[in-house]
Amino acid sequence: MTVTTRPPTGSAPGPAPSRPTLADRLGARLTALPTVAALLIFVGMIIYGEASYGRIVQFNTLSNLLVNNSHLIILAVGLTFVILTGGIDLSVGAVIAFSSVAGVMLANAGWPPALAVLMMVLIGSVLGLVSGVLIQYFGVQPFIATLATMFLARGLASMLSTVPERLEDDSAIRDLAAQLKIVDGDKVNDLVITPGVIAAVVIVIAAVVVLHRTRFGRTVYAIGGSEQSATLMGLPVSATKLGIYVVSGTLAGVAAVVYTSRLGSAQNITGIGWELDAIAAVVIGGTLLTGGSGFVLGSVVGALVLGLMNVLITRDGGIRPEMTTIITGGILLVFVILQRVIAARRRSETG
Amino acid sequence: MTGAPPIVEMKDISISFPGVKALDAVDFRLFPGEVHTLMGENGAGKSTIIKALTGVYKIDEGEILVAGEQRRFGGTADAQAAGIATVYQEVNLCANLSIGENVMLGHEVRGPLGINWKATHRAAAEVLSMLGLEHLDLRRPLGTLSLAVQQLVAISRAMVTKPKVLILDEPTSSLDATEVAHLFTIMRRLRDQGVAILFVTHFLDQVYLISDRVTVLRNGALVGEYPIRELDRTTLISKMIGKDFATLRSLGSERQSHHYEPRGEPLLRAEDLGRKGSSEPTDVELHRGEVLGLAGLLGSGRTELARLLYGADRPDSGTIWLRGKKTDIHSPTAALNQHIAFSSENRRDEGIIRDLTVRENLVLAVQAKRGWFRPLSRKEQDTLVRKYLTELNVRPADPERPMKYLSGGNQQKVLLGRWLATEPDLLILDEPTRGIDVGAKAEIQAAVAALAAKGVAVVFISSELEEVVRLSDRIIVMKDHRKLAELENGPHVTAETIVAVIADEGDDEEGEPE
Amino acid sequence: MTDLASRLAARRGTIVRNQAFWGVVAIVLLLAINVVSDPSYLSIGYNDETGRLSGNLIDILRAAAPILMIAVGMCLVVATGGIDLSVGSIMVVAGAVSMELLHGMDGTAGDAALTLAIALGIATALGAVNGILVSVVGLQPFISTLVMMLAGRGIAKVITGGQNTTADNDSFAWLANGYVLGLPVVFLLAIAIVVLVALLVRRSALGLMLEAIGMDSRASRLAGVNRRGLQLTVYSVSGLLAGIAGVFATASVMTVDVSRTGYLLELDAILAVVIGGTSLAGGKFSIGGAVIGGLLIATLDKTVVFLGIPASATPAFKAVVIVVLSLLQSERVRSLFRHRRALRAQSQKEAVAA
Repeated sequence: MTVTTRPPTGSAPGPAPSRPTLADRLGARLTALPTVAALLIFVGMIIYGEASYGRIVQFNTLSNLLVNNSHLIILAVGLTFVILTGGIDLSVGAVIAFSSVAGVMLANAGWPPALAVLMMVLIGSVLGLVSGVLIQYFGVQPFIATLATMFLARGLASMLSTVPERLEDDSAIRDLAAQLKIVDGDKVNDLVITPGVIAAVVIVIAAVVVLHRTRFGRTVYAIGGSEQSATLMGLPVSATKLGIYVVSGTLAGVAAVVYTSRLGSAQNITGIGWELDAIAAVVIGGTLLTGGSGFVLGSVVGALVLGLMNVLITRDGGIRPEMTTIITGGILLVFVILQRVIAARRRSETG
Repeated sequence: MTGAPPIVEMKDISISFPGVKALDAVDFRLFPGEVHTLMGENGAGKSTIIKALTGVYKIDEGEILVAGEQRRFGGTADAQAAGIATVYQEVNLCANLSIGENVMLGHEVRGPLGINWKATHRAAAEVLSMLGLEHLDLRRPLGTLSLAVQQLVAISRAMVTKPKVLILDEPTSSLDATEVAHLFTIMRRLRDQGVAILFVTHFLDQVYLISDRVTVLRNGALVGEYPIRELDRTTLISKMIGKDFATLRSLGSERQSHHYEPRGEPLLRAEDLGRKGSSEPTDVELHRGEVLGLAGLLGSGRTELARLLYGADRPDSGTIWLRGKKTDIHSPTAALNQHIAFSSENRRDEGIIRDLTVRENLVLAVQAKRGWFRPLSRKEQDTLVRKYLTELNVRPADPERPMKYLSGGNQQKVLLGRWLATEPDLLILDEPTRGIDVGAKAEIQAAVAALAAKGVAVVFISSELEEVVRLSDRIIVMKDHRKLAELENGPHVTAETIVAVIADEGDDEEGEPE
Repeated sequence: MTDLASRLAARRGTIVRNQAFWGVVAIVLLLAINVVSDPSYLSIGYNDETGRLSGNLIDILRAAAPILMIAVGMCLVVATGGIDLSVGSIMVVAGAVSMELLHGMDGTAGDAALTLAIALGIATALGAVNGILVSVVGLQPFISTLVMMLAGRGIAKVITGGQNTTADNDSFAWLANGYVLGLPVVFLLAIAIVVLVALLVRRSALGLMLEAIGMDSRASRLAGVNRRGLQLTVYSVSGLLAGIAGVFATASVMTVDVSRTGYLLELDAILAVVIGGTSLAGGKFSIGGAVIGGLLIATLDKTVVFLGIPASATPAFKAVVIVVLSLLQSERVRSLFRHRRALRAQSQKEAVAA
């Protein structure tokens, strides 16, 4: 017969007191380290750009950076939700194409602009819902389900039109890209924002609040940590997973509005590969693709790093445009290797 | 305790999985203010009955009454809302979130600005202090805690909803004696407050320490429900395994005498073998036909040392001589080629491959050793599989069944077969009997003894000191990642001897041997 | 008789549960649609002078060839629990290398062989880089190959200076446009690759090893499975096969289009693998299934064009195929069917009883 005798460790009630050591505190902060690194590199790029090319740290360059990348920031926020749960959404680029082509056609067909804009956002929500239902209720893997949505949206966009659809010059939708001067600098050096930038900022703030201050947001993190645990802990896993794909789709719809209003036209090939840019932004910003760890603000920085890189390449003039994707790939590689090193160190510290 | 109507009553519950009847018309009752233990071998249906109650599994037949009302829960959350909280066998928390958050997830205190973290943390601290965990830093990631403390955090979490029924599925398997004692104090307190506690454990001692009543299951069927006072150990065990005690004894594997005299050149000699952060430099010597026990508390460095010997982790100091020759064991592949095999304590993640069949699991290591370009023929595979399924008495002896459909004990036997098939000279077994039933345990112990008799050197690691003492020729006692002592086994050595060695060393703590 | 019927029913169950079966059904359906719109769709012509077969089916086979090649490599990668997003980019690199090299050569068969060797060598090396990032550095396959996907197309553009390089070499062009036994060389080679890989994987223990890694990489490492080596191998093989596909894609027109060659073909390959019943989570895999998946995608592409629908709308039809096949695989839909069958059986029984 087997009898267990477990030797006592001592008379202390409960496990030995463990005061948080310095390593522990560092361990707790390590999740934020990739994000901090992204921020440092962003600042470094600005300093480098200013030193080498000049005219980077000035109102119009920085506001253009925001204006030109607000759609990417919005996409990256949506993908942050998805990636935090360990999922992926490949459809956002194609959703933008379908949403903007449909929106422009509706507006030109005489729909009230507000209604057309609402439709653009809703198209995103519905396509996100399609992905979410496939994933959550039919057990399709996120990669495949969102690939299907991507194909669907791209195909539908192409069925609507295969030529650039121009928004009428007097369309109210264009007002969403109207430049509002905040600071009137000398010559063209003005600090301007657009309603698109405001939308991006509002969305970022809302996302931070949702992720850190609501049960929905905490469930997102819990699912990323362990979906099985989250289920057994009694959290609303199904609803949350469905929700994040709707969030991602909706934000893709918003990004479509922001982008279309700025460009004034839409085409079925708009947004090809943007899902990869957005994923890259999220990863550069320090969110782990396996889920459970990362920050919305990191993704914003990631999007700005990519945007600034394009500015610097243009400014340099000596870098051939072919090199852009190689550099993007390189930056991405550096960041994931950095994350890898941190993860390894954390594992060895916590045993 | 008696008189009150049962808070949970399950009648005629049946559940079938593909090919298996997991529960067959089982009845179960749970009263307020009692600790009711579920006993049975692995695969007897203990976990299934819990999952049936909480709605994780759908029941095919039968009815469940909670507080007199017929209920069918749709899952843990649903059951929780009805006052039934569950702590599962494996820690089911999120390692990426903070301790405080894990306790409160889904029950956060909310204000007008969303979650009020201050109040939430206060509530978490309150619950944790109930379990004597007030020293924990709420903001630390859960993943930085040991498994044992994580288990206690999981129990704290269950208490947040102030449940009327608390289900603890093997909560003690990763706790040490003090932690268990502490947990029992809390369980008694809750019981006295009227909470009904459903408890599952493999440790007989604990059953007698804490239970008021036991229900015994065997092969998915109910054997009976007994007040613990009316059931002595022998009867309990024979009810669990369905054999009388004499038969059980004959299965016993006790190596009555430890007369092994190490002679000649050791099979393996390691000097200063260590790895920063996990294992202090240690010397180990092993002879053919010898069983070397590694004893110590969880986290004492037993597993870490074993992994270094197998090359599962790379040592950063020390030298290994194998059969007199200096050898570099840098990977499991290298170790297997040197006829060393290692069975991990983590059966679920590092042992079995759930979706492969028994046959594939069994031949995997042999095949890996031969290289993929020299496949074992079907006939060779069949021979190996038949041999080990028979020899180790694996049930069911169906080679084509996916591994996930076997009980824990039988999975462990298949794993043992996997390593034996590689014909090792040195076999390292890390907790080969943890979490498996009495019968399978005895069979595995017998197999170890038989191996040593055949000249295989065995490193045997177990949390059950008596098992280590019974099987080993020599025992290395470990603490804090280093070797404390090395004992020649003999009639004078008992589990208490080892406890004393560990306790004596703990100068800073007052050792209090039982 | 009832015994036979129940055996047949059981048999039907396993077939119906096999996803590749639905792939075949889909192919047949698509062909049927084409036949309806043009009854002579399936006819195959034979040209006495050139000894070539011609017809829509032959076109489909030719179009399927590059997908089949990369799908086979993808299938092995997916079995280990990985994914290779870079195959399209590796195709264009192989194409760019071969066109640049041939551009400055004379057009002899020797040149063609040398070029082929260099292009395939580079493709394999890029695949090996993926393999090293995954197995040694320990990055996630999605990210490692995403980096290669981004960088690869850039590398191709750098090689050609951003131009769509054109070259002349008859032997090289024959690879893509030639016929043997009346069938396109490309297709025969794709079949040869499929058969070779399938034999290699199933006759050796490679299949078991790859599945073990895909199911549980930690456990298989402790069981002595050489995870690193095998991962390096499958990513290299995937790179090599993508290189071959890239060479064929460019040889057929003897031009590399740096922005279009192999573009989004990684998605087709992944789809082919998934349609074939291999889970992206890794583990059990089916090369035969991937072949059916590849044929289905090629048939779909050709059908859309044949029916006069703009090619840019093809993705929508692919989406329909994915959704339908996914739903057929889904537990929820299956149990719905089971439920309905059970209801029908019950009502029949009741009818008999009454």
